[in-house]
Amino acid sequence: MNSDVQTDFGNEAIEDPIIEISAMHKWFGEFHVLQDINLKVGRQERIVICGPSGSGKSTLIRCINRLEEHQRGQIVVDGIELTNNIKNIEKIRAEVGMVFQHFNLFPHLTIVDNLTLGPIWVRKVPRKEAEETAMHYLEKVRIAEQAKKYPGQLSGGQQQRVAIARSLCMAPKVMLFDEPTSALDPEMIKEVLDVMIDLAREGMTMIVVTHEMGFAKSVAHRVLFMDYGQIVEANNPEDFFNNPRHDRTKLFLSQIL
Amino acid sequence: MSAEQTDRQPVEELKPPAASVGVLGWLRSNLFSTWYNSLLTLAVVYLLWVSVPPFVQWAFVESFWTASGKECLEADSGACWSIIPNNIRFIMFGFYPYQEQWRPGLAVVLLVGLLIFSQFRRNWKKSLLYYWLVGLVVMGILMKGGLGLAPVESTKWGGLPLTLLLSVFGLTAAYPLGIVLALGRQSRLPAIRSLCVVYIELIRGVPLISLLFMSSVVFPLFLPEGVTVNKILRAQVAIILFTAAYIAEVVRGGLQGMARGQYEAAESLGLNYYQTMRLIILPQALKIVIPPSVSILISAFKDTSLVVIIALYDLLKTTQAVLGNPEWMGFSAEAYIFIALVYFVCCYYLSSFSRKIERELDTGY
Repeated sequence: MNSDVQTDFGNEAIEDPIIEISAMHKWFGEFHVLQDINLKVGRQERIVICGPSGSGKSTLIRCINRLEEHQRGQIVVDGIELTNNIKNIEKIRAEVGMVFQHFNLFPHLTIVDNLTLGPIWVRKVPRKEAEETAMHYLEKVRIAEQAKKYPGQLSGGQQQRVAIARSLCMAPKVMLFDEPTSALDPEMIKEVLDVMIDLAREGMTMIVVTHEMGFAKSVAHRVLFMDYGQIVEANNPEDFFNNPRHDRTKLFLSQIL
Repeated sequence: MSAEQTDRQPVEELKPPAASVGVLGWLRSNLFSTWYNSLLTLAVVYLLWVSVPPFVQWAFVESFWTASGKECLEADSGACWSIIPNNIRFIMFGFYPYQEQWRPGLAVVLLVGLLIFSQFRRNWKKSLLYYWLVGLVVMGILMKGGLGLAPVESTKWGGLPLTLLLSVFGLTAAYPLGIVLALGRQSRLPAIRSLCVVYIELIRGVPLISLLFMSSVVFPLFLPEGVTVNKILRAQVAIILFTAAYIAEVVRGGLQGMARGQYEAAESLGLNYYQTMRLIILPQALKIVIPPSVSILISAFKDTSLVVIIALYDLLKTTQAVLGNPEWMGFSAEAYIFIALVYFVCCYYLSSFSRKIERELDTGY
């Protein structure tokens, strides 16, 4: 197979995508951080994005819920195009869960209040119902006993699981993970990955920026490799890791595996 | 492995060296650790020796507590504290009609009671707002008259009620205004942003005294003939506008101290701007800036005494007026020490309240 001609990245096989990004560009000042991104994400699809730091992978997923603004091209999430329309942006954000590298829990609120905030204020769910949902998800991420504590009293791994539960409480259609384990101590990475694997098994649509290649192998449908603001290569995990086609991919894999 | 190796035998119990504990040790490490510390200690002890006993002598031993001004003058020895009890009603209430002075007194008691009640977090409910509304109406009626009480012109208000009125309302109105200004200064809309910047810089660049002058002398010139705005209200507005500019800058500091991630986390949940600010950003930012805001509130409280220059009889001015009375001329030290104590009690209450709030809001991050 020719090494650098991959134009499709597996997008054509996707019918009824929940996220569709076409010919999208983004600049930070003069710096062209994302160049001609084309990506379709199917419902229940799980995509892992990897690549060297500065390659634009975090920026890409941050564009999906408009934490970053793209300057050219189109991003459509669940049938709504991302424009400057703030109401649409808020609607999309409610449907797209985001988990950050540094958790970003609200330190002045208890764990359970962190979880109920979104449902109560955005979804207008009654407090009691929101609290029940919150406890349900806290049990799911195996941390229900910490509900009354504050984020500062929890370990990094626990905080990240709370952050995942916080997103789940909004019943999102898609979950974005921005390097969810890279700020964690090694012994805490597994507890977070386990929660993410559970989530994958239940059929959540997930886009995960991570360097955890074991996770990519076991749950991803597609692995994307990004470099210099472009999607260089995309494939199913088996082919991606065993037969990388592009030289840059090979180099990257040789460095991290 | 033998038991001796696993069970750690305590080393023979050693006492710390005598020179490092007890009174001697403390003295040595804190007061006489080096030759210049020893020198400083001795100098301070000498200063205390020459200043404290004479002060105690003047303030307590040879002082008068009930004598009239004349007797004090004749004795010419210690402090004449009797200036306070003899003039307390005027110092506290100024020119408020003598027979009616129980009304401002009651209003002050009510205000202090409400302040103390509001201090406890368990009382922070919606009902607190209603208590304050009712309290304010009652205080207003007490001060102004009505409902069978004889009306009293606000030009006769003075002393402690006036000081508390100017500061409590000044501070409670300035704080929200300051927050709005701080948010406005960070706004993405250039018009709002520059308006707030101009306001803040303009007000901060001008002394409070000149604002008070303007409110009392310049502002009435612009009013149509026959329209007057109450002098106290004008001073009050000047104090609010002035304090708000300072509060705004402190709050802005707190907003800038917030991690970008907090905004992002709130936004990614779908919260809108007002929800993000109200629920996530301001509670944290305002907590960070409790110490500097309290500094500003304390200095604003003391600055209310500047209203003397527009001839409002606040606590300081009524005291000065007493000193103008021939009988009590020359006892300014006693009078000012008393006023300083009143101010100190109020400021100390403010700062201890803020420390308490800080402790209670601490969630360990």
